[in-house]
Amino acid sequence: MSLAAAELETFLQRVPYVRFLGMRAELAGEEMTAILPFSKHLVGNTFLPALHGGVIGAFLEMTALAQLSVAQPSPRVHKTIDITIEYLRPGRALTSYARADLRKVGRRIANVHVEAWQDDRSQPFAALRGHFLLSGDN
Amino acid sequence: MPRRWRLTPGRFPPYPARMSEVPEAIRQMAEHMAATVPQAASLGFRLVSVDVARGSIEVPWREDLVGDPDTQVIAGGVVTSLLDHTCGLAMSAAAGTQPFSTATLDLRIDYMRPAAPRTGVIAEAHCYKLTRTIGFVRAEAWDVDRTDLVATAQAAFVLNRPRT
Repeated sequence: MSLAAAELETFLQRVPYVRFLGMRAELAGEEMTAILPFSKHLVGNTFLPALHGGVIGAFLEMTALAQLSVAQPSPRVHKTIDITIEYLRPGRALTSYARADLRKVGRRIANVHVEAWQDDRSQPFAALRGHFLLSGDN
Repeated sequence: MPRRWRLTPGRFPPYPARMSEVPEAIRQMAEHMAATVPQAASLGFRLVSVDVARGSIEVPWREDLVGDPDTQVIAGGVVTSLLDHTCGLAMSAAAGTQPFSTATLDLRIDYMRPAAPRTGVIAEAHCYKLTRTIGFVRAEAWDVDRTDLVATAQAAFVLNRPRT
């Protein structure tokens, strides 16, 4: 297992809420794809059915934090400063995928964009832009 | 099987004239929302209060909702879900007795500080403007002290009415 994969695995294993969501992640080099299998407890609208807006936001936020844990390994979890979530279409009862783009990683703050899709990568159903406070080694 | 929440349609806007009856209708709707939305139930959301265009929900701390195992603080994602849900409640409470469904357009959250370790979070939202199609909502979240906020949110929702 590469160092990056080990960092990612540590992050995913350490955070109880990641397990609550049922979120996984795969690495290809430094590029990570987060995976959220559909589960009944994630539903917000039982008529469609559709994923809860909060679940979508949380999945995107955890994707950003997971990608940061790979790029900026730290013994402590990085902290969210602010996020803006854009909902483009309903999250259907399917597996969701997300990838984070680290737009800028400074000494203390990172700017991250995340996009999530289901069966078609070119049809994202939600996006996130956010700032994160990087935890140092101390 | 869950039944669609439906009350007598009225004029829209303004709010129905008999204001005293509105909170009870909204309360029923809010309790229905809390009981039938799987995500809300699995996070353990509890309705605190609901009024015209306002709603408040609490999420008690739980071990499996932790975001930082070093500090045992509840995950930011849980707060995100709580704020989204509370905004949706305020939006529904503003739409009053109309049959409708809502969808989140966007949600902006500022995290001022982590919640206290092993402590739940309470959110309160206010739908301060509702047009025929869009609702604008602000929300705040805190853990212990209402004046020492954990996070604030600003959201826009689309209101989908049944076609007539």
